[in-house]
Amino acid sequence: MKPLHTKVLIVGGGPAGYPCAIRAGQLGLDVTLVDASGLGGTCLNRGCIPSKAYIHAAGQFETMQAHAKAPAMGLTCSSPKLELSGLLEWKDGLVGKLTGGVGQLLKTAGVKVIAGHAVFADAKTCAVTLADGGTQTITAENVVLATGSSEAELPFMPFDERVLSSTGLLELDKLPKTLAVVGAGYIGLELGIAFARLGTKVTFVEALDTILPQFDAEITRPVVRWLKQHKVDLHLSAKAKGVNKKGLVFTDAKGDEQIIAAEKILVAVGRKPNTTQFGLENMAVDMDGTFIKVDDQCRTAMRGVWAIGDVVGEPMLAHKGTRQGEMVAEILAGHRRRFDPVAIAAICFTEPEIIGVGLDPKQAEAAGEEVVIGKFPFAALGKALSMGAGSDGGFVRVTARKSDHVILGIHGVGSHIAELSGEFALALEMGARLEDIAGTIHVHPTLSEGFAESAMTALGQPLHISMPRSQT
Amino acid sequence: MGQYAFKLPDVGEGVVEAEIIEWHVKVGQVIAEDEALVDVMTDKATVEIPAPTSGTISSITGDPGDVLPVGTVLLIIETEGEETAEPAEPVTATKAVPPAPLASVVTSAVSPAEEEVEIRAVNPSSSGRALASPALRKRALELQIDLGEIAGSGPAGRISHQDLDDFIAAGRTQGAGGNQKQSRKTGTVTEKIIGLRRKIAQNLAASKRNIPHFSYVEEVEMDALETLRGHLNAGRKEGQAKLTLLPFLSLALIKVLPDFAAANAHFDGQSITKYAPVHLGIATATPNGLMVPVVKHAESLDIWALAAEIGRVSTAAREGTGKTSELSGSTITITSLGALGGIASTPVINAPETAIIGVNKLMEKLVFERDVVVARKVMNLSSSFDHRVVDGFDAARMIQAIKGYLENPATLFM
Repeated sequence: MKPLHTKVLIVGGGPAGYPCAIRAGQLGLDVTLVDASGLGGTCLNRGCIPSKAYIHAAGQFETMQAHAKAPAMGLTCSSPKLELSGLLEWKDGLVGKLTGGVGQLLKTAGVKVIAGHAVFADAKTCAVTLADGGTQTITAENVVLATGSSEAELPFMPFDERVLSSTGLLELDKLPKTLAVVGAGYIGLELGIAFARLGTKVTFVEALDTILPQFDAEITRPVVRWLKQHKVDLHLSAKAKGVNKKGLVFTDAKGDEQIIAAEKILVAVGRKPNTTQFGLENMAVDMDGTFIKVDDQCRTAMRGVWAIGDVVGEPMLAHKGTRQGEMVAEILAGHRRRFDPVAIAAICFTEPEIIGVGLDPKQAEAAGEEVVIGKFPFAALGKALSMGAGSDGGFVRVTARKSDHVILGIHGVGSHIAELSGEFALALEMGARLEDIAGTIHVHPTLSEGFAESAMTALGQPLHISMPRSQT
Repeated sequence: MGQYAFKLPDVGEGVVEAEIIEWHVKVGQVIAEDEALVDVMTDKATVEIPAPTSGTISSITGDPGDVLPVGTVLLIIETEGEETAEPAEPVTATKAVPPAPLASVVTSAVSPAEEEVEIRAVNPSSSGRALASPALRKRALELQIDLGEIAGSGPAGRISHQDLDDFIAAGRTQGAGGNQKQSRKTGTVTEKIIGLRRKIAQNLAASKRNIPHFSYVEEVEMDALETLRGHLNAGRKEGQAKLTLLPFLSLALIKVLPDFAAANAHFDGQSITKYAPVHLGIATATPNGLMVPVVKHAESLDIWALAAEIGRVSTAAREGTGKTSELSGSTITITSLGALGGIASTPVINAPETAIIGVNKLMEKLVFERDVVVARKVMNLSSSFDHRVVDGFDAARMIQAIKGYLENPATLFM
């Protein structure tokens, strides 16, 4: 096959690579995208979207069961049933629709897409093994590495039919009766909680003494409470040891060995960047630990080689990679750009949902800030109550600098709170002060009123919770 | 019984603070109107302050040596009359005021206006980055403008597009391309010159008006001194002060002054006072303006002590923590702008002194040495003398003597 020369070669069609390709194409560059495992990457095929589909379905199913057991809101139903194969089919339909859409967008942008696995001989030359067994050699002026990340495996319990990665769990066609989840980070909790709501008996084994260590205890408390109420066992400071016929073997906080029955075991102990098997060692880039080292423009140490998304480091989040992808495309088109977000929101689609943007009070104080904090409970919001979302302990908490009221961080927990993330991030990017948020008319009835009220609480003047009368 | 809260009055134009020298009264004492209460010293004069009314002293604020801002409640007088002429109002203490003996006698520090200014000045915000929207940050990056250089006009110092436009219009854009239009500017700013700036203005005008300055510039070869300085500094451990050129120049000055006593002197137009000690003034740029902190008895210090003391007094002056006594009493002054020193300058004498030595920048220069051109480190000394009491001939000899020491630095230590 004739060697191909391209101005921009992007390796990886996930949420970092494909936006990079679309933007570069829009800007008139000659772009080739090589993707080995399905456009949309982990996010669309095996991560964000499939898991959210399961989480939504699990919520629907749990609600139906609750209504079957005890009528509420005047609604009853009788013996709802779950067929996992049907859910799988629906999820695959969604994924197909979205990945097909990505392909269409790339085509419209004039991007040449090659399905295959690229291996680099040097920084600007690679050989792509195609699906039909052929090989396509590509030389490029610029290479953008967007190879993503994969589930980390535990060496003493490798993935198989029974020990599953998150990908494997989302491909099951039969609901397991029991599921042990190793790792109570956001992936383990999201999927474990979804399966618990579908009817599986779920047990968590977490090595740390807390769930979701990136969030403070006040924020995670409603999730811990949900697990307790739904009889989901949570073993903290516990170490998984291995698997036997009966289930998962682990040592508990006291150091005693225990076994929990587990038809399936989900290992969700983190993700590792994909830096092997594509000739990275021939590209003369520098590494930053296990990640590829880049500067604030996503340049690697090798001229003309760029890296974006999960492969360049934390936070390993789709929306970070997307922004980096757009940015690199614009830089390649001659624009002056820099990756300089004030904050990148992180969300856990647990029950209830958790969100964090910017600094929490402790982090702000550690950074030398004197802060004021405003917290407003969803239980005081009409919209939350009318959605049945007022009783899960949800709240919005805003942290601002005391001297000038500039907002430093916004955290929250509660049903549907993830949808407020855009306003939270906007507030930080715009440098909003508490007065800006309190002074913006928030629609009634919406959950967003909770954000305005949290700012008003920080200012000492909330409307919908009682505060001691003060001189303000 | 009434109460009269007596505040430190504005004892002279532009004076914002004064040092308490001596109390003539004590708590419980009965005083008559116009009786002397206290002596205070401003950086202009010592003033005796009389009692504004008769009565009994019920409290006193500040000890001799304390520097108090004008308006501080100095003492409270219990008066015979019914009316309270000026009641002792509870207010807040300032940093400069030592803890007041009475909780109720404290004075207002920060007006709301000042507080507002403080908030607006936070830019970049204390988290270290300018407060600006993503669109604005993108624009600034494209224009290669550092947002940290722009004072935002918005709340908390937030930078608006208008601020950025104004910044560009003010001609401070870099690399924005040749087609940036410079807008015409209008408006003037008139500011009253008060406080230290007024004092600087008055002193310098008086110096230039009264003193016929004789200025003299000479070139000094610095290779030997730089080698010595490098050697001395190389032995210093981290955290130990290193030597700049100033201590060497100070040492040379101290060495030559005994032979040129008229240059280490005060001249008031009538008589000249020649000093045996060398109280070395170090002209220092401070946030408030030019100040001249003084290294007292420089003649008694070795090179390391000189370096340390020069560093200490100039830092104190910059931070505003210098004692009044450290800001006056110099007998000769050194002025150095370091790398900004230029090639020559005409320093203005710090009256009533009679000489000032200015240091220009150190640079490499090609010089002839026995018909061969070689590179040499050279530095100019620009000095001014009061020509009424220092003849040009003596001034030149004095600078040549300093040059001799600096070019043969070993002799500095003999």
